[in-house]
Amino acid sequence: MQIKVKVNGKEHISDVTPMQSLAAYLREELQLTGTHIGCDTSSCGSCTIIVNGKAVKSCTLLAAQVDGDEITTIEGLAQNGEMHPLQSAFKENHGLQCGFCTPGMIMTAVNLLEDNPKPSEEEIRHGLEGNFCRCTGYHNIVKSIQHAADSMK
Amino acid sequence: MIPAKFEYIKASSVSEALDLLAKHGDDAQLLAGGHSLVPAMKLRLNQPGAVIDIGKIEELKNISEDDNHLVIGAGCTHEQVATSSLVKENAKALAQAASSIGDLQVRNMGTIGGSLAHADPAADYPAVILATGAKIVVEGSSGKRAIDAADFFQGIFTTALEGNEMITEVHVPKAENGVYLKFSQPASRFAVVGCAAIKNANGVSVGLTGVTDTAYRASAVEEAYNGDSKAASEHAVDGVEVMGDHFASAEYRSHLAKVFTERALNALT
Ligand SMILES: Cc1cc2nc3c(=O)[nH]c(=O)nc-3n(C[C@H](O)[C@H](O)[C@H](O)COP(=O)(O)OP(=O)(O)OC[C@H]3O[C@@H](n4cnc5c(N)ncnc54)[C@H](O)[C@@H]3O)c2cc1C
Ligand code: FES
Ligand code: FES
Repeated sequence: MQIKVKVNGKEHISDVTPMQSLAAYLREELQLTGTHIGCDTSSCGSCTIIVNGKAVKSCTLLAAQVDGDEITTIEGLAQNGEMHPLQSAFKENHGLQCGFCTPGMIMTAVNLLEDNPKPSEEEIRHGLEGNFCRCTGYHNIVKSIQHAADSMK
Repeated sequence: MIPAKFEYIKASSVSEALDLLAKHGDDAQLLAGGHSLVPAMKLRLNQPGAVIDIGKIEELKNISEDDNHLVIGAGCTHEQVATSSLVKENAKALAQAASSIGDLQVRNMGTIGGSLAHADPAADYPAVILATGAKIVVEGSSGKRAIDAADFFQGIFTTALEGNEMITEVHVPKAENGVYLKFSQPASRFAVVGCAAIKNANGVSVGLTGVTDTAYRASAVEEAYNGDSKAASEHAVDGVEVMGDHFASAEYRSHLAKVFTERALNALT
């Protein structure tokens, strides 16, 4: 079956099978490997992307479901070679160690700051409930998002 | 993990979805947010031959009100229910239950209709749906009917829905006050125990989820309640066969049910 999607501003018309997950489609068809697959069971959040403005776990969507939709992945955040404020903040605040969870953390934070541009620490921690990090202990991730929120004001 | 082979069909209206359901019969499953169905299909616990995607049907995505009720479309996401000002003002417990589901990404996809149809014994909405005395409106090839919450949930993953029927709306009576409190399973955030308490002109009503194979109305608590939350909460599991599993033994679950019932009743006053 055919789907038409706009990914990071660019339109794609692709043949997919009904069984293909959106995460697999992005990684394997579009070579957008910044979207990571950790658990493949909707638990870890590393596959989080933005579909029509909302953070979702792309391992638990079928590619077929997003026909006609607008998608942003981690690769679409930087503009004209300039990192997105969340990306810079993660870099400056040591918000990552191995970096596996980072694309998902940042895409979730994009939705979080969209809904609530000045979140408290508690609101950030609540907003990240669907994202696991095995390295950092979350502390610097929260700090990075706080810094990004300040710099985006 | 890749699901077993199936045919994917997108429905653009309720009538089209009903026609497709009638045509494909028991071999078909509706897909709303897909956040119960897709994981089950990936684990091959569920292998429908055809999947009818109702996730883009706009007529299922509205929240409105009449004098006494909220009318919530089956396709409203948990996030939509959690953040709707109509819901927060008129059915506070429902907004609290919605905002406690899973995580932000799950709430952005999962729908109220999907959750009710799935009838997971640890799902959050059923406690509130029972306590408010909501009606679940379903449509099928033989027409439309409204099912009382009390008749809808029949057991583990089992409801009063017929194979050719779909949920289109949920009618939730407005309440003066309400609260939903839960003890979350720490990884999935499903309810180990969840309690909804609703206050309206006729008194207080209580719904519990997570305790046994299906959510139930705690009538013994309602009858015993005369302002003393602690005494009434002692009846939270009267006549109920309490589940035990590796998250919580039956004894611990019974204790949690009483504690959360007491807290919910206290929060109403
Ligand atoms: C990581 C994770 C954590 C979660 N945590 C919680 C939690 O804390 N609390 C909780 O309550 N839930 C939780 N859930 C479940 C979540 O709420 C699901 O979204 C919900 O149970 C199903 O809704 P859906 O729209 O995704 O349905 P789908 O997965 O699309 O469908 C589920 C079932 O319902 C049927 N169906 C769907 N829509 C209709 C309809 N309109 N009429 C008739 N049948 C229909 C489908 O055919 C299918 O059998 C969690 C899920 C995940 C993945
Ligand atoms: S890979 Fe999607 S949530 Fe873990
Ligand atoms: S930085 Fe390694 S998992 Fe988060």
